[in-house]
Amino acid sequence: MRRFSWFNATSLTLGFAFLYMPMIILVIYSFNASQLVTVWAGFSTRWYGELVQNEEFLDAAWVTIKVAVISSSIATVLGTMAAYVLVRAGRFSGRTLFSGMIYAPLVMPEVITGLSLLLLFIGIGLDRGVLTIVLAHTTFSMCYVSVVVSSRLVSFDQSLEEAALDLGCSPFDAFRLVTLPIIAPAVISGWLLAFTLSLDDLVIASFTTGPSATTLPIKIFSAVRLGVSPEINALSTIMIAIVTVGVITASLVTKQAAVRQARDERMAERTA
Amino acid sequence: MRRLFLIAVPYLWLVALFLIPFVIVLKIALSDVALARPPYMPQLDISGGWDAIVGFFAALDFENFVFLTTDDLYWKAYLSSLQIAGLSTILTLIVGYPIANAMARSAPEWRPTLLMLVILPFWTSFLIRVYAWMGILSNEGLLNQFLLWTGIINEPLTILNTNTAVYIGIVYTYLPFMILPIYSALERMDDSLLEAAEDLGCSRFTAFWLVTIPLSKNGIIAGCFLVFIPTIGEFVIPSLLGGSQTLMIGKVLWEEFFSNRDWPVASAVAVILLLILVIPIILFQRNEQKQREAEG
Repeated sequence: MRRFSWFNATSLTLGFAFLYMPMIILVIYSFNASQLVTVWAGFSTRWYGELVQNEEFLDAAWVTIKVAVISSSIATVLGTMAAYVLVRAGRFSGRTLFSGMIYAPLVMPEVITGLSLLLLFIGIGLDRGVLTIVLAHTTFSMCYVSVVVSSRLVSFDQSLEEAALDLGCSPFDAFRLVTLPIIAPAVISGWLLAFTLSLDDLVIASFTTGPSATTLPIKIFSAVRLGVSPEINALSTIMIAIVTVGVITASLVTKQAAVRQARDERMAERTA
Repeated sequence: MRRLFLIAVPYLWLVALFLIPFVIVLKIALSDVALARPPYMPQLDISGGWDAIVGFFAALDFENFVFLTTDDLYWKAYLSSLQIAGLSTILTLIVGYPIANAMARSAPEWRPTLLMLVILPFWTSFLIRVYAWMGILSNEGLLNQFLLWTGIINEPLTILNTNTAVYIGIVYTYLPFMILPIYSALERMDDSLLEAAEDLGCSRFTAFWLVTIPLSKNGIIAGCFLVFIPTIGEFVIPSLLGGSQTLMIGKVLWEEFFSNRDWPVASAVAVILLLILVIPIILFQRNEQKQREAEG
């Protein structure tokens, strides 16, 4: 083992300070009593109080959560199907186009995705609102889900599925009882990824929404364009807190699942 | 039957909501702007029979693309986007590499925690992470307060609403994309290679330059593409941190569409942006494939 050098220790300290300082400052200043966001005037939870009473933000938050839950759920189903097709369906005509359409949205600038979907919705005369944002979000996040799930499917031993079929399972039962539990962690992280992407998206939502539906990022964007505001600091703090708790819980759960799986596999080997 | 269903559902979804919208963008890019709803012409009317369809195609032209070449704004915006993306990719590499290297050389029991600390900001709202810098970089912001307090400067620096702020914003938000691929390349590297190089008379720096850097080449390439490609079309960072002189094509497209309401020109801007992106995307794909083959 080589000595951990001073240079490496400094890089880590400075690097993580750079990554976390802005967010820590944001959180601290959300408890600032002053209206002036850069002058510290003592501790206060005043902005949280005002935030909770701000109907516009609450409405926007509700729309955003609704869109995120629906679109990430549809995207998880479609993305898992797409991953299954990519990994298992073998050759079929149009396969190249299919995998192209899965990977292209991952690198597509959001402005182009947003613009093209808006032009489609106008072309077919669909009223813009929650539905159109859900369609747009489902489309790009299903591609992320399919990438996450297919990487798990590739590493999965297909003979387990064949064994289930030999033992009399229908293909659907084999999928439900064997494949799904094994790829479940990937499906769940795919859903979480889709959910966060939807929660976070400003550009595509701005293009595809109408006057009837405003999401939280759209609301935040129009507020911060005019400058820093203490209410937005409070809102950001809440969102950062939710994400932090979520990510830490998820990583603990997956760690536990990994430990359990390793134990099960050891048991299976011993009995075999 | 079941297989067909499994293929057809995601396939048709993507054709309807990904492929067809592109055909529409292409079509509108070839149309002319009109004072109508929707604000472009010609409109395809299949009920008009063959003549209407012929007439429709005859009315499409490359006028908008010609317009893009005549107005300085557009090619300057494309060039400036490429330049900002290129320079910020290099800056992100310079900032990210030492962090990735230090993570890969840290004690194995620390690595999962460090990895989670790099990924955590990625799950936090992009918009909020960009916004956080507005309060730091403004004239009365914390950075200026700090620098004035230490006496390094006497006058507040104007950073917010300049290209410098855009660079800071890009490096900050895209840093995890640079760190992760480099870290995964370096993590697999055997420490004893460095010891061997030093035993054979290399200085620490030469060993780093001759052993570590070449072994992480694939990670560096992947990280650079992962930063460069999305930065070209970036909209949020230039519009919140940049100033009026910050020209980036994502912002131009947005304004063309929302402020000028010129859909045909906005579509033409999108088509050219896509053509520009095709080259780095293909290079990136090829690099990934080569790496997969090398790993067997």
